Amino acid sequence: MSTPATKGIVEPAPAAAAPKARWRWRDSDILASFLSSKVTVLSAIVSVLLIGGSLLAPLVAPTNPFDPATVDLMDSLMPPRWVEGGDPRFLLGTDNQGRDLYSAILYGMRVSLIIGLAGVAIAAVLGIGLGLFAGWVGGRVDAFVMRVADVQLTFPAILIALLIDGVVHGIVGNAQRENTAFAVLILSIGLSFWVQYARTVRGSTMVEKNKDYVQAARLIGIPAPLILLKHVLPNVIGPVLVILTINIALAVITEATLSFLGVGLPPTQPSLGTLIRIGNDFLFSGEWWIVAFPGLTLAAFVLAVNLVGDWLRDALNPKLR
Amino acid sequence: MTFRKTILAVAAAVALFAVPASAKTFRFAFQGDYKSLDPYTLNETFTLAMHGAAYEGLTKRGPKLEIIPGLAERWEIVEPTRWRFFLRKGVKFHNGEDFVADDVVFSADRVRATGSNMTTRIPSDAKFVKVDDHTVDVILTKPNPILHYEWDTWYIMSKKWAEANNAVAPTPPSATTPGYAAINANGTGPFKLDSHQAGVKTVWKPNAAWWGKPEHNLTEVIFTPIASDATRVAALLSGEIDWMEPVPVQDIARVNASPNASVMTGPELRTIFLGFDQRNAELKYSNVKGKNPFKDVRVRKAFYQSIDVNAIKDRVMRGLATPSALMISPLLFSRSGEFQRFPYDVEAAKKLLAEAGYPNGFEVGMDCPNDRYVADEAICQAVVGMLARSGIKVNLNAQPKAQYFAKVLAPKFDTSFYLLGWTPGSFDSWNILQNMYGCRTDEGKGRGESNLGGYCNPEVDALADQVLAENDAKKRDELIFKAYDIAQNKEVGYIPLHQQALAWGVSKKVKVVQRADNQFLFYWANKE
Repeated sequence: MSTPATKGIVEPAPAAAAPKARWRWRDSDILASFLSSKVTVLSAIVSVLLIGGSLLAPLVAPTNPFDPATVDLMDSLMPPRWVEGGDPRFLLGTDNQGRDLYSAILYGMRVSLIIGLAGVAIAAVLGIGLGLFAGWVGGRVDAFVMRVADVQLTFPAILIALLIDGVVHGIVGNAQRENTAFAVLILSIGLSFWVQYARTVRGSTMVEKNKDYVQAARLIGIPAPLILLKHVLPNVIGPVLVILTINIALAVITEATLSFLGVGLPPTQPSLGTLIRIGNDFLFSGEWWIVAFPGLTLAAFVLAVNLVGDWLRDALNPKLR
Repeated sequence: MTFRKTILAVAAAVALFAVPASAKTFRFAFQGDYKSLDPYTLNETFTLAMHGAAYEGLTKRGPKLEIIPGLAERWEIVEPTRWRFFLRKGVKFHNGEDFVADDVVFSADRVRATGSNMTTRIPSDAKFVKVDDHTVDVILTKPNPILHYEWDTWYIMSKKWAEANNAVAPTPPSATTPGYAAINANGTGPFKLDSHQAGVKTVWKPNAAWWGKPEHNLTEVIFTPIASDATRVAALLSGEIDWMEPVPVQDIARVNASPNASVMTGPELRTIFLGFDQRNAELKYSNVKGKNPFKDVRVRKAFYQSIDVNAIKDRVMRGLATPSALMISPLLFSRSGEFQRFPYDVEAAKKLLAEAGYPNGFEVGMDCPNDRYVADEAICQAVVGMLARSGIKVNLNAQPKAQYFAKVLAPKFDTSFYLLGWTPGSFDSWNILQNMYGCRTDEGKGRGESNLGGYCNPEVDALADQVLAENDAKKRDELIFKAYDIAQNKEVGYIPLHQQALAWGVSKKVKVVQRADNQFLFYWANKE
């Protein structure tokens, strides 16, 4: 009888020490896998450059396109610097209001990114919270949350975002557009993206909650919220990280789509989508640069982030390792 | 709304391989939509012209804007305050009812009723008296030689039909639920409404029982709004549509270079301008509380001088605009040349603002349509930038015309600073003095109906009354001159920007008639 008892005592010790060792081992593995994929490295560099450039926009951009006083209409529709007729002041040319496109892209990217990140953050918090809750409590609560999620899944996220945008603008009025557009977009994206997180987390939670460590934690009387946060959450977060990465790109696209459709940011505070919408009108009239550069930036960013996300999914998937 | 339009626009653009329609189906597009079918909802050129397919007025205007008989065969001025209209006999409404004098009397009441956007079509104190079934007398309190000048767009509705369908009251532009008359049409015109989905598609078929001789050869007419400039141009060039307006200024050369279509240009009578709320004690959209800065003429002049109208002409309009010192086209007022715009001068503007007590400027909200006039939103954005240099922070609210008009027009007048375009329906200055400068009431019925900002000077009103009664052209022009001198030079009632140029994109397969008031009337269109 002493052997099982000894086992029972001895086993927890390596288990407690293991995480540290395992993390270190995994770190190096991830690094190796990262460095071995040239595409991933390139994507990561592009992502970092774009994110860095846009976050530091006030420092690196030559002008502030959000300040209408600095924009001169007489500078409008200038082609990029290297094209005939270009002006050395404007690297990528100007738009129809005389805004420097390079600055507008940096600032616009920043707006798109902030909205994307904040939207995804809301979606993740909401989705993870609901997923944990539904998975843990089960029964009717679970059924209810999951049916709501099912219903929402039958609509494309962009439609939900449009709906929320419409309802909010209906309530606060269009006149407040400039002040509320930001918050409304974040809310729209947050509320349309939570489902994926909730579903993933709920599934994992249901598996985890019957495992011994959770049962043990319950037995010694740790309150449920604490168990969920400290024990269940870390074990279900892996897939969420992957969804998160890919969702950031998706959220930026959603923001761009909404702005392109004219329900997002007003032209006085352009995001990438707004810039593309403005440029679209000039696409066939010879002023290709107004739409081309914001479009390329958006495409490059989304592609890069998706490639990084793809790699992350493979790297974190033990079955592929 | 925008989303749906865009989807539509995209659909139209990608449908390059659509089967060419039967030769006589005429398809056309406009940047904004055709919302309410009620002919008294919206006093706007495009909408009025659309109503003109199914509805008719007592008078009409021909291709050169000359007044010609419509539902009234002829008319005479029995005495200066009594006009007699002889109605056309044998005319039937689309539902088969006969057109009679009762319908005219009914329409005269309805167009002046609460909710109508066209109350200035008929003087509020004019009485309509039925003499017999085909004769109507109009009794005036004072002589009015231009009584019938705007009656080509005062459309006659059927009394019985309106009463039977609970449509006696006109649908106001701000109505959220359309009345029966807003989604159905029953006129006497050359085309019958076949179907109408606001913001999506409107279809007309020729009215075989029309009293006149058709000047078109069409069997079907289909209208779709296409908001996106690029898509609208693509649809025209691909042959998907036969006519569209406006051709974006940046695409005129490209359309002209294409084998399928060309651009019909010409001077337009419409003046694009900026207006201020000068009526309310406090601006609704501003950070200045407790007073209204626009009540101070120095602030209005500072705004005026902050705007570089030539930059707008050169850059936004690409030369297709004529800067204007007046609210009326020089083609419509012979002494326009004697007026000068205040010069563009940012320093002077800053000084004026400082004198008025706003050395650091202030914030104001601006309303702007984005699918009504040529480059309307781009003009507003340019104005925002120009005012920023004088220290004025403008919060721009640009929206489709349906929402825009519902917000800013009577009876809400919900705006502090706005961009609008105006063509005098009578092609005469009196219309401007009455509609744009006339003192208005809170709900804006009659005089000053489209004076959104509520500019008011009784002296100008008195001059307007004299203009109306004056028959001598020279004296009349002198009175008009005086009125404009007070309202613009002294009091800066508005900031006129320019007259835009007409730019219709027309397929080479069709022949259409272009009128300087920019009404597109497809009952004159012919297709190969």
